[in-house]
Amino acid sequence: MADVVLDKVVKVFESRSGRITALSAIDLHVARNEFVAIVGASGCGKSTLLNLVAGFEHPTSGAVRVDGQLVDRPGPERGVVFQQSALFPWLTVRQNIAFGLGLAANRARTLRGPAVDQILARVGLAAFAGHFPAQLSGGMRQRAAIASVLVIDPGVLLMDEPFGALDSLTRSLMQDFLLELWEENRKTVLLVTHDITEAVYLADRLVIMAGHPGRVREIVPVDLPRPRRYRLQATPEFVRLRDHVTRVVRDEAAKAAATEAAAA
Amino acid sequence: MDGDARRRLIAAVADAAILKEDDAALAEPKQAPNRDPGAASRRLTNLLLYIAFPGAVIVVWQILASAGLYRRAILPPPTDIATVLFDLVFGTSGEAGRYSGSWTDHTLSSLWRVFAGFAWGGALGTLLGLLIGLSRVVEKLFDPTVQVLRNVPVTAWVPLSLIFFGIGNQPAIFLIGLGAFFPAVLNSTHGVRQLNRTLYKAGEMMGANQREMLVRVILPAALPSVMTGLRLSMGIAWVLVVVAEILAVRSGLGYLLNDAYQFYRNDVVIASMLSIGVLGFLSDRVVVFVRDRLLEWNRLESYDG
Repeated sequence: MADVVLDKVVKVFESRSGRITALSAIDLHVARNEFVAIVGASGCGKSTLLNLVAGFEHPTSGAVRVDGQLVDRPGPERGVVFQQSALFPWLTVRQNIAFGLGLAANRARTLRGPAVDQILARVGLAAFAGHFPAQLSGGMRQRAAIASVLVIDPGVLLMDEPFGALDSLTRSLMQDFLLELWEENRKTVLLVTHDITEAVYLADRLVIMAGHPGRVREIVPVDLPRPRRYRLQATPEFVRLRDHVTRVVRDEAAKAAATEAAAA
Repeated sequence: MDGDARRRLIAAVADAAILKEDDAALAEPKQAPNRDPGAASRRLTNLLLYIAFPGAVIVVWQILASAGLYRRAILPPPTDIATVLFDLVFGTSGEAGRYSGSWTDHTLSSLWRVFAGFAWGGALGTLLGLLIGLSRVVEKLFDPTVQVLRNVPVTAWVPLSLIFFGIGNQPAIFLIGLGAFFPAVLNSTHGVRQLNRTLYKAGEMMGANQREMLVRVILPAALPSVMTGLRLSMGIAWVLVVVAEILAVRSGLGYLLNDAYQFYRNDVVIASMLSIGVLGFLSDRVVVFVRDRLLEWNRLESYDG
């Protein structure tokens, strides 16, 4: 397990139409085994932040460290679950989950992740091990994608709108599933989502981001007891937290819209 | 996904849940007709649909040709063509005259040229196409040349190839290979370029090094496109074998066709055309068969399943 530190991280995108400051001086510390959710209106830089931790992007200035190591490229210590499940369509479910284990980089690491058969059963796909991704439902694909990341035993799990493409029922079942997985085997998780209910339900701490330029607007601890179950979402404490976060996110989105309108 | 494919998929998933493990669902579509009582009559309907149009053409053709409206030798009736084709193949009745029994030799000559041309053109084209897709340097070196040369019809290469190689197999195999080369290049380049970004990122995140990325991610992703290119190459190879045999060699179905034309044997001309059509079709089936073996997964992703 690992912790994640963002130290005055700035990300500026240069394009023909000008410079866009996606992130301005972000400081953030995610503790070992902590589940942190990042919420905010679209365009606030939350996906950029995740890409920086994953190593797909490099900060313009500042530094991202995972377990004290400077992040400079993607790697199996930082597992990513993408919105569109990144399963290889030519591999069966089993082959997809085993993909990472066959790579030289992971054969050189000591892995304490689950075995392929074990995780196949845990994500409910044992009966579908020989199927291709095209034969699976959206929820099954995301479970397979999560399994394929867990077997390479990453210190940090990064999730970018992992359930964003699913229907609302499947999404809520997947949230419960992820919660169970995490509660039985804690990991450092950084979850980007636009679904505030999802964020409050899953996370230990919420980072609310504001856009133009992307920055941390507020950090909200979620002091709800664990293990959490679905009924928690109807309790007054949950509703109060969710309403507070929703108000902050909406205010920021409205401000951003007003700024854009004024600029136009 | 259309309704039928969706039903098959749902059936497959339900089956797999019961049978557990393995490829039960993949085998499902093949088993389905046996359990389905309407399948036999549906197959009969399909067969009738398949033969309705060619059957009608043959019947009308036979009637017109036998009615004596025009000279029989101009467009001989299907029955004459069948007789001549039989003699071309087996050399029994002598109906095909000087061509009697020559079909196998001509066919083997054509098949060899198609195979040889397809092999060098398809292989070299695929290799270059993949390299152009993978490397900016290779792209800059070769892509402009490919883009210009591919606009030159391969038939325009006939004079030069005859001057360089003389009459014989060489110019024919050169021309066929050249024709097979371009679709292979373009499609394999496209195959590499259309790689899904997320899959590439997933490979990086899992820790794939450059070689693993190439072998386990980029090439499998490019394979459907490569196979499409090879299928086009095979089609073009059959076009060009006829061109080459008319102009550059004294054997093969193209030569047979052209020679029979000189001697006003339109029955032999049409029999040759039929042979070329059927062989071209069978070659295409071979490529499709290989493709489907390699790309079970791709079939599942596409609309017509």
